[in-house]
Amino acid sequence: MTFWLLLTANSVTFGGLLFLLAAGFSLIFGLMRIPNLTHGSLFMIGAYFGATFAGGMLGTMFNFWVAALMSAVLVALFGAAIERLLLRQLPGQPLAQVLVTLGISFMVADFCLMVWGGDPIAVATPPELVGFVRAGPLVFPLYRIAVIGIAAVVAIALWLLLDRTRLGAMIRAGVDDPEMARVVGIRVSQLFTIVFALGAGLAAFAGVIGGPILSVYPGLDQYMLPLALVVVILGGSGSLVGSIVGSLVIGFIYNFGQALLPELAYFVLFLPMLLVLLLRPQGLFGRFVP
Amino acid sequence: MSARIIAYAITLVALIAVPYWISGDYYINVASQILFYAIFALGLNILVGYAGLVSLGHAGLLGITAYAAGYTLQAGFGHTTAILVALVLGVAAMAIYAVLSLRATGIGFIMITLALGEIIWGLAYRWISITGGDNGINLHGRPEPFGISLDSPSAFYYATLVVFLVALAAVAVFVRSPLGAALMGTRDQPRRMNALGYHVWAIRFWACLLSGLLTAISAVLFVYYTQFISPQALDLTASAEVLLMVISGGAGTLLGPIVGACLVVVVKSVVSGYIERWNMLLGAIFVAIVILMPEGLVPGTMRLWRLAWRKAERRSGKAEAKP
Amino acid sequence: MSRKMTRRKFMAATAAGAAAASFKFPAPAIAQAAPFKLGLLTVKTGPLAQGGIQMEQGVLTWLKEHNNTMAGRKVEFFSADTGGKPAGTKTKAQELIERDKVDVIVGPLAAFELLAISDYIREHQTPTLSLAGADDLTQRKPNPFFLRPSATSSQAMQPMGHYAATEMGKKKAITIDFDFAFGYEQEGGFQAAFEKDGGCVVKKLWAPLGTPDHTPYLAQMTGCDVICQGFAGSGPLAFMKQYANYGLKFPVVTGETGGDDALLHAFGDEAVGMMSCCPYTLDLQTDGNQRFVKAVVKDFNVVPGFYAAGLYVNCDVVEGGLKGAGGTTDNKEKFMAALKAVKLKDSPRGPISFDHLGNVVGNFYVRRCEKMSNAPYGLKLWNKTVKTYENVSQFWTWPEKDFLAHPVYSRDYPPVKAC
Repeated sequence: MTFWLLLTANSVTFGGLLFLLAAGFSLIFGLMRIPNLTHGSLFMIGAYFGATFAGGMLGTMFNFWVAALMSAVLVALFGAAIERLLLRQLPGQPLAQVLVTLGISFMVADFCLMVWGGDPIAVATPPELVGFVRAGPLVFPLYRIAVIGIAAVVAIALWLLLDRTRLGAMIRAGVDDPEMARVVGIRVSQLFTIVFALGAGLAAFAGVIGGPILSVYPGLDQYMLPLALVVVILGGSGSLVGSIVGSLVIGFIYNFGQALLPELAYFVLFLPMLLVLLLRPQGLFGRFVP
Repeated sequence: MSARIIAYAITLVALIAVPYWISGDYYINVASQILFYAIFALGLNILVGYAGLVSLGHAGLLGITAYAAGYTLQAGFGHTTAILVALVLGVAAMAIYAVLSLRATGIGFIMITLALGEIIWGLAYRWISITGGDNGINLHGRPEPFGISLDSPSAFYYATLVVFLVALAAVAVFVRSPLGAALMGTRDQPRRMNALGYHVWAIRFWACLLSGLLTAISAVLFVYYTQFISPQALDLTASAEVLLMVISGGAGTLLGPIVGACLVVVVKSVVSGYIERWNMLLGAIFVAIVILMPEGLVPGTMRLWRLAWRKAERRSGKAEAKP
Repeated sequence: MSRKMTRRKFMAATAAGAAAASFKFPAPAIAQAAPFKLGLLTVKTGPLAQGGIQMEQGVLTWLKEHNNTMAGRKVEFFSADTGGKPAGTKTKAQELIERDKVDVIVGPLAAFELLAISDYIREHQTPTLSLAGADDLTQRKPNPFFLRPSATSSQAMQPMGHYAATEMGKKKAITIDFDFAFGYEQEGGFQAAFEKDGGCVVKKLWAPLGTPDHTPYLAQMTGCDVICQGFAGSGPLAFMKQYANYGLKFPVVTGETGGDDALLHAFGDEAVGMMSCCPYTLDLQTDGNQRFVKAVVKDFNVVPGFYAAGLYVNCDVVEGGLKGAGGTTDNKEKFMAALKAVKLKDSPRGPISFDHLGNVVGNFYVRRCEKMSNAPYGLKLWNKTVKTYENVSQFWTWPEKDFLAHPVYSRDYPPVKAC
């Protein structure tokens, strides 16, 4: 019984973390049609920045949440720079976009190795969230529950942004019909920079939030990027609901799949992704067929 | 036109004479690597450049062929059998890939191929009875076509060169053929091609098979060169690497993938011996290519060459015009 | 139009700057007359760089301490980055052997890398000393030019299994490891020894390589009294953290990668109480070890662990072999025989010698991780040696013939029996 409860709870946690990671990717891809292959590296460097700020490596030890926000802002600025200087020159050139995003991910990964070395770095759980929650036989870390809360807060914030603000309306218009959006006078190129920065910042924030659970180490980017892709494909790109549902589904598949089907653990994520692509290429809630 | 033929002739002679002007077995081996990675890139380019279909799972196909060759040899069969089995299985695998992937285009195609590549990678780890897991399969010996041993680096290089030239010729013929033209048509205007009565899916499928054949050929050369196959050769970074070769060199051109293969192999094998942060350098080169020549090294260089030529012509024309 | 050109030029200059900034030459190569050429195959980029960087530190420390001299000859050192891929390992091995003409190779890091070049080094008769654990390379498929002064994958886990059954009195174990050969061989060794001494392995859990979250496996850890993990790289850190987070209280035992002293600075309280059995231990109070540790701390500002110590010992062995062969390596078989005959008394890992298959026989240390607020080198945790097993061979206490008669440890061998 504990087994099922534990895995269910962790499915939601892991789904929450995946949502934080994938939401940015989904926004960027939905609006700009750019597969941002740098996303895993942004997650990783965000985690490294967060570990540095919160771990006192710069002399002062910042509060964990402050560190997360600082890291997100830093990487958002980096993302804005990438968009303005590089990606802006390449509208509608998917091959060049792939080349530049992969090239940047190589550089970021090697930069992290150069600065932080090869050893893994532990990120301390914020002191107010250390400990467990006991519900009968179930023992579940408080921090993991907090991750669910954080993901929910971010999801609501994004929903408010997309649904209730002008910016959000412009983004949704751009996702549905970029040409018409331009015709109507929406400054699409400025929008692109904002959205890319937002996506990058979200990825970095996800990296820091994931730090106390996953730690930070070289190679983290290569594991997280395919996860983001799987979530976006399953849930559908450009749709917030899609990202939420996709993350939860993948969270469940990851936990229960690996526990119940250990022989298939290596395929447990990509087989469902393949099935969805074959049967319903726009994903569960996608607004367009990619 | 004749200038181009002279350039090709000189290059051909230089390639044939490689063991003489490149000192050291090590660099001859690097040259062999450039050639079979170039075949791999040429195969991927058929899809990426001429069909407009980006595949992020081609390393999986290379792996299937390589494992087929390794497993057949390990089972006690001879080289000819192993090569035939490998090529047939490689193309068959590509046919399955194609049937699954061609259900989508654009990003959908990329994602399906990525998923297939990752699934094959997982199989390589888990199907231990066939693949040996991450211990891999060791190959012993190389085939001896017409009784010539391929053990020495020069001999292997020549064999690779012959295969490379044939593959290059085949791609060149394909590109100029009606099928090639139709394929490019489906890349640029799929709906119009459909309206004109072309069977777009079938054209793409045959292109996939050709791509699969080239990939299988490069896989056979790869596995005989390295004498070893393990799951690391099939992972996502390997698929990304060959895609980067195609794009950085220039997708949709004949020479682009070859230049791209040369770039990546040289940085990985030669430059890495002198520069510790060669991974960052490689990334920086890719970014630089996107800034200066987003269409790729080969088309970009030709564009700059033509610009420079025209500037020189204009300047000499102006000089002459001055009384 | 001109604005675009200016921005392009700026970007191009930045890219060129980034490229120039990446110009950092690897280890120094000192050219001398009639030098002894030492080649290192390691991984300095990508996820395996953690161990690879430490490997190079081990060699550089040795060279600095010995003034770049081995048995009276100046050393020319070539360091090659394989990228962690077997094709790259083969290419770099060719670079070292064919282009640089090295006399001996130390490294590579991973078992699959070593397997890729095993035939090649045998063909070229280049003695190779590696940390890679692949059991069979000194058991059922021995390579005459391969020497392993560190340990096979199972060599440290066998005494660990024995210790857990006898000294810790445990009866039911659950093992967890990455789903690849190194994991299989480690846990196979633990299981064989643990069950020999009356224990029983209830479940063997395998996590796909690189899994970031171990919850699916932690949820299955019930009905046992000890957990054996054998993660490598960043795995031990993530696993122990998540293990503690779920309030699991069974004692954890591990091998040389899980208990690597180089990770002490990264671990937190979750590692306290973890038992590990390793061929090298930081707290060994011998001259040889103290000199080594102080040198690494001074040169690189890091605390050494299994990887750095392993390569340092490899260099000790190479020098011993070179001396035994009379200072020349022209006769490869003679040099190899001299290497195999090396017996060290005061290496950083203690006394070692080799068995006839080229694998080390030496001390293995069982340590407990303890909290120590004033531990040396600024650490807060310390792996304290609680038992030393001497003269441990790769076959543990089984006769060699019997050991080699059964198949190599794999995912299904030894099989999990009902307890």
